[in-house]
Amino acid sequence: MIDATRSLGIAAVGGLVWAGFLEGKKAYPTALRPPGAVDDARFLAACTKCGLCVAACPYQALVLAAPGDGRPIGTPYFVMRDRPCRMCRDIPCAAICPTGALDTGLVSDGEAGKAVLNINKARIGLAVIDRETCIAYWGIQCDACYRACPVIDKAITVDPVRNDRTGRHAILGPVVHSDHCTGCGMCERACVTKKASIFVLPRRIAMGESSDRYIRGWDAGDEKRLEEATEDTTTVTPRSGKSPTDYLNREDL
Amino acid sequence: MPGIREIRYRILRRLVQVGALFLFVAGNAWGWKVLQGNFSSSLLFGALPLADPFSLLQVAATGTMVAAKALLGGGIVLLFFAAIAGRAFCGWICPVNIATDLADSVRTAAGEGNRPLRMSRNIRYWVLGLSLILSAVFGVAAFEWISPVGALHRGVVFGMGMGWTAVAAVFLFDVFMVRNGFCGHLCPLGAFYSLAGRWSLVRVVHSKEQCTSCMRCIESCPEPQVLPMVGKRDGAVASGECTNCGRCIEACPEGAMRFGLRTQGPPKKVPKEVTS
Repeated sequence: MIDATRSLGIAAVGGLVWAGFLEGKKAYPTALRPPGAVDDARFLAACTKCGLCVAACPYQALVLAAPGDGRPIGTPYFVMRDRPCRMCRDIPCAAICPTGALDTGLVSDGEAGKAVLNINKARIGLAVIDRETCIAYWGIQCDACYRACPVIDKAITVDPVRNDRTGRHAILGPVVHSDHCTGCGMCERACVTKKASIFVLPRRIAMGESSDRYIRGWDAGDEKRLEEATEDTTTVTPRSGKSPTDYLNREDL
Repeated sequence: MPGIREIRYRILRRLVQVGALFLFVAGNAWGWKVLQGNFSSSLLFGALPLADPFSLLQVAATGTMVAAKALLGGGIVLLFFAAIAGRAFCGWICPVNIATDLADSVRTAAGEGNRPLRMSRNIRYWVLGLSLILSAVFGVAAFEWISPVGALHRGVVFGMGMGWTAVAAVFLFDVFMVRNGFCGHLCPLGAFYSLAGRWSLVRVVHSKEQCTSCMRCIESCPEPQVLPMVGKRDGAVASGECTNCGRCIEACPEGAMRFGLRTQGPPKKVPKEVTS
């Protein structure tokens, strides 16, 4: 009995340290996961750190996080500046995953059963441009990222705008479109600036989210979102209890 | 120097341990299709999935549905050890065993072999329980995040990083603190296989007739509590905590220990040549 209590006590001491470690290490928000990765919380729960995706990658682009890499231990990630995803059509990394952490269903067209892989549906992350360091936005001609993009003219376009500094030239600035960008990172690798001025971030970091209640009134179809809006307004302030008052029209303003 | 007979299982175990790791390294570095992945999940000959059942148990504890491929792989591995090999993972496959065996040798060479700093061997079962509880609370397979076993095999195959510190810690713990401290007291994976391998077929069998009660088997054993019958009665090792490492067989000068089947009684004749 004493032995059992003592064992439990020792295990509990270890468990507390352990729990602290897990809490601290779990979140590394900028790890870029392989194509087909389920959302991050579910990915971390399902991944058994086996490295099959890393072994399957024909370009050896995927890295399995070692302790000290600053990523969740044993999970796969990309370093785009070094080795971006080459967007293989057969998506060997996702296909080999035994645990469902990488789900080919997320990178396929068609229904389950007769689904066809489509790497263009990969959402590894989203390329983001720093317009202050991007030399194209200075007015210097560079389209390295645009040319490197495997989804050229959809994921990255070059939009000409007037160069106000000279008054007679164009600035050919690259623009990323989130509905087509797979986050493969070819642009980040191609970028000519010292530290890449276009770089891939996980989508949940790179993107905001407008609520269903803001509608583009000039867009005929956008009204639909309002009908489908599911979220209730839950904001509660000290004023919430009072009834709305038309105070602007009151004389005692 | 010990004769080859006295280290024959040790040599065999090292070959299996290093061989498996080598195949994984080859699978990652040169694309060999024999074994790909690592001990957490793998593909044998590019077709047959294998997986660590304890790791999957933790994944399940997080509330995640384990995918069919992994489930099949885990089932195959579990069935193999539960039905046939017992806790042989620890003695024959796990790469940390190489470090802890070395630690044990260092202790013995330094004359520290049996100086006890006591710790209950049941802590590992609490750690096993903790692994599942922490997995459920934090939503990640908890032991896989701190496992020196994982750090070592992943490190060898995919890049070590700072993973060596975990292995070094286990080694030093075993040398300076508790004999067989990690594998025999703390590791929840060992605890898992102890429970799972309880009823396996392959067992170390003792025959009292040849036994001179020299106790070398017990001195050499990393889990000596599994040998209560030595010198007292015939029979197979009953406890699942036996790793089937064969050290007692190597240590016994009289051939009173051998590998056999759970169902077998003691040998009728004295087998001088022990085969497995």
